[in-house]
Amino acid sequence: MAGLFWLIPLIPGASALALLLAGAKLPRKWAAAQASGAVLLSFVLSLAAFLRLSGGGPDVPALSKTLLSWIASGSFTASITFQFDELSAVMALVVTGVGFLIHVYSAAYMAGDKAYSRYFAFLNLFMFFMLVLVMASGIVLMFVGWEGVGLCSYLLIGFWFERPAASKAGLKAFVVNRVGDAAFIVGILFILAHVGSPEFAAINAASASGLLAPGLVTLVAVLLFAGATGKSAQIPLHVWLPDAMEGPTPVSALIHAATMVTAGVYMVCRLNGLYAASVPASSVVAWVGGVTAVFAATIALVQNDIKRVLAYSTISQIGYMFLGCGVGAYAAGMFHLVTHAFFKSLLFLAAGSVIHALGGGQDMRRMGGLRKYLPVTFPVFLTGALAISGVPFLSGFFSKDAILTSAYAGGHHVLYALGLLGAVLTALYMFRLIYLTFYGEERFEPGPGRHIHESPPAMTVPLVVLAVFSVLAGYIGLPVFFGAKADRFGRFLESVLKAPAGHPSLPAEALLVLAATASALLGIFLAFVLYKRNPEIPPRLAYRFPGLYRLLVGKYRVDEAYDALFIRPLVRGSETVYARFDLKVVDGVLNGSAAATGMAGKGLNILQTGLIRDYALAFVLGVVVFLGVLLL
Amino acid sequence: MIPTAAFLALAALLFALGVLAFFVKKDLLTQFMAVEIMLNAGNLAFLALARSLGKPDGQAVVLFVITAAAAEAVVGLAIIVLVFRRRKAVRTDDLKELRG
Amino acid sequence: MAWIVFIVLSVLCVGSVAAMILSRNAAHNALFLVLAFAALGGLFGLLDAPFAAAVQVLVYAGAIMVLFLFALMMFDLRRPAPPDKPGFRLALTLVLALVLLGEIALALARLVRGGGGPGGAPGHDVGRLGALLFTDYLYAFEITSLLILAALVGALALAGKKEGA
Repeated sequence: MAGLFWLIPLIPGASALALLLAGAKLPRKWAAAQASGAVLLSFVLSLAAFLRLSGGGPDVPALSKTLLSWIASGSFTASITFQFDELSAVMALVVTGVGFLIHVYSAAYMAGDKAYSRYFAFLNLFMFFMLVLVMASGIVLMFVGWEGVGLCSYLLIGFWFERPAASKAGLKAFVVNRVGDAAFIVGILFILAHVGSPEFAAINAASASGLLAPGLVTLVAVLLFAGATGKSAQIPLHVWLPDAMEGPTPVSALIHAATMVTAGVYMVCRLNGLYAASVPASSVVAWVGGVTAVFAATIALVQNDIKRVLAYSTISQIGYMFLGCGVGAYAAGMFHLVTHAFFKSLLFLAAGSVIHALGGGQDMRRMGGLRKYLPVTFPVFLTGALAISGVPFLSGFFSKDAILTSAYAGGHHVLYALGLLGAVLTALYMFRLIYLTFYGEERFEPGPGRHIHESPPAMTVPLVVLAVFSVLAGYIGLPVFFGAKADRFGRFLESVLKAPAGHPSLPAEALLVLAATASALLGIFLAFVLYKRNPEIPPRLAYRFPGLYRLLVGKYRVDEAYDALFIRPLVRGSETVYARFDLKVVDGVLNGSAAATGMAGKGLNILQTGLIRDYALAFVLGVVVFLGVLLL
Repeated sequence: MIPTAAFLALAALLFALGVLAFFVKKDLLTQFMAVEIMLNAGNLAFLALARSLGKPDGQAVVLFVITAAAAEAVVGLAIIVLVFRRRKAVRTDDLKELRG
Repeated sequence: MAWIVFIVLSVLCVGSVAAMILSRNAAHNALFLVLAFAALGGLFGLLDAPFAAAVQVLVYAGAIMVLFLFALMMFDLRRPAPPDKPGFRLALTLVLALVLLGEIALALARLVRGGGGPGGAPGHDVGRLGALLFTDYLYAFEITSLLILAALVGALALAGKKEGA
């Protein structure tokens, strides 16, 4: 069964095609069942392949299958080859596992929507592309998946396209991604020109062996990372993710929390040979990740829309993942990717449950006191919040700690400090959310006592499953002081992702763990003070520091800056070109040729006098010319 | 014996005159006569060459041409008569239905 | 001797045609043409083609032109057509006619140069012409007779008695 691993992307793909073509004619329950079943099937296949890989020792070869030879142009060839190694296994399991849970959740969440089968078609299509992305053996095929998930993101963000906000958000996501992808493509071209092959193995080997000049390695790594900032919503291309919350909440959970946005992290890990070979590029990765982590966390502090808080939280957490990769702890970055997939999708789906219960309200200023109405949603939400804050013994604690430890051990003390600050802020904004939503007075309309009900089991069961994983997933990657063999996750990935060199001593490690715990608890305590015990403080702070407050609420004005610097000039330029060139020249040529033809016709019309004499004259003229030609 | 060239020159001149006549005249009937002139010029040429080549084939052709010209004149005149009946005048410039 | 006849007949022919061009009276045109055809008949005779000469006078001058005159009789000829404004058309026509003349002359000159032929006097042999007509050109001969028949019928059908004309 592991040999069928290459079907993993294709099964959802086939389901997507079927739903796209015939979905409208199928009954709703069937569409949901087929879509979810396809993903479940892929999950089972992934599991089988994973077991095969983990069953043998570290020398089990990766599974690989070439489906067809795709491009053969001159000396450049690319084939559609799927591979399944340890890294792909991790990604595939996360994508299909979490994806399946979200499909089930969606079946209930989207029950009232009129475009039900279109939703599932797109969701399946997304699964197809994402799985192609993680199972590609070469960067060109991966880019196909990369673009494909971008397309599906656009389709799903703008799913309710009748709403102008949703359409614009979808467009914004696609365009911003495009900017990143432009850099990505240039990177690919450099690779193809200098390495000659798109295969990852070749690229990593070429970087390590010194085949590529160091400057080139840095350039390519930075270009590819620029693409990753778009896809993974890091500075400076993070602006699309908060707007993407216009899409349905399960979409936010799947695409913009667990899978698509982590594609950038996967790419860096996959090409770790490239990044390890260039210290400047790795620094860029780490610093962008670290700064973004804090930057986004500060914005999350003042957001009032529950989904926006989670969106900025995602941006922040992915920053952590890049930080980990940037300091060489690729396995730690992947570890956080996995745990984050669980608790972030849990948080999004639980938020969806809250929104569903309130009949669509997303503003936290109109929530409060929901604890007693949502007996399942509240505990799981709390679990997720604890996990993300890095409270000990939950998964987030272990993964975040792994990253911070590696940062410190690698000597990147400033980055470590940033990470620690981010951890405080994370706990702070998360528990702010918890207190505003579930505690305190009930501020929603029409007022207390309104009939708020818990969500149906189709929604709550996945929540519980994810909560369980959010707790337990950490135990696959325990820090070293539990024993050298405790980091099963890292060891599993060892053949693909080399462990970082630096390693802290046992006492140092204990101190670091303590520091992480302290920062989490500090954040929770601050939230408690500001939002539960003395809720009058935040408004007073906003009053005392209006400039800072406005800056944070306005998201540091990045969107406005982009609008002024890029968008408006472009639009003005296009309008000018349109008026000067398109209307005058292009239309002018067309209309001109039509007019010319008309004039020619009118001109020739003069010859048609109707007089026999003139026609006879033409005859004679013809004869004269003809004779002349014959004679001369 | 008169050289063939002389006859041929005469034939050429007659043909050109026929063309001129066709364009100068205004009424259909006279234009038709100009056509006859041209035909005759051709006949002259044929006979001149027949004599110079020593074969009577040219004369046979001339015979046919004259016959065809006669038939043509008959039909053409019938048409002209019809036109005249309709319009009471045969000024060629009045027949302008083909004007574009 | 033959030269004098030739020149006289030629002048007569060309002169008649020129007069026909210059005259505005349609009946005069027709009569001038008769004269021209007669002269041509004489010229045919000079070319050792007696049969052709006879046919020319009989058919062309005698029958066709008479037909023309009949047709003329039906028309009102009292109003001669106004002269053409000396304009573009006239100039173009003159030019074209001249060029045409030149070209034809050139063509014929080349023809003559490339083999004048042995000459001889085959023309007197009408019998030979007759034999030719009934052997090599038999089809053309028969079809020509059909042509005349068709023309006859056509003319009748076209202009036959209708509204009491």
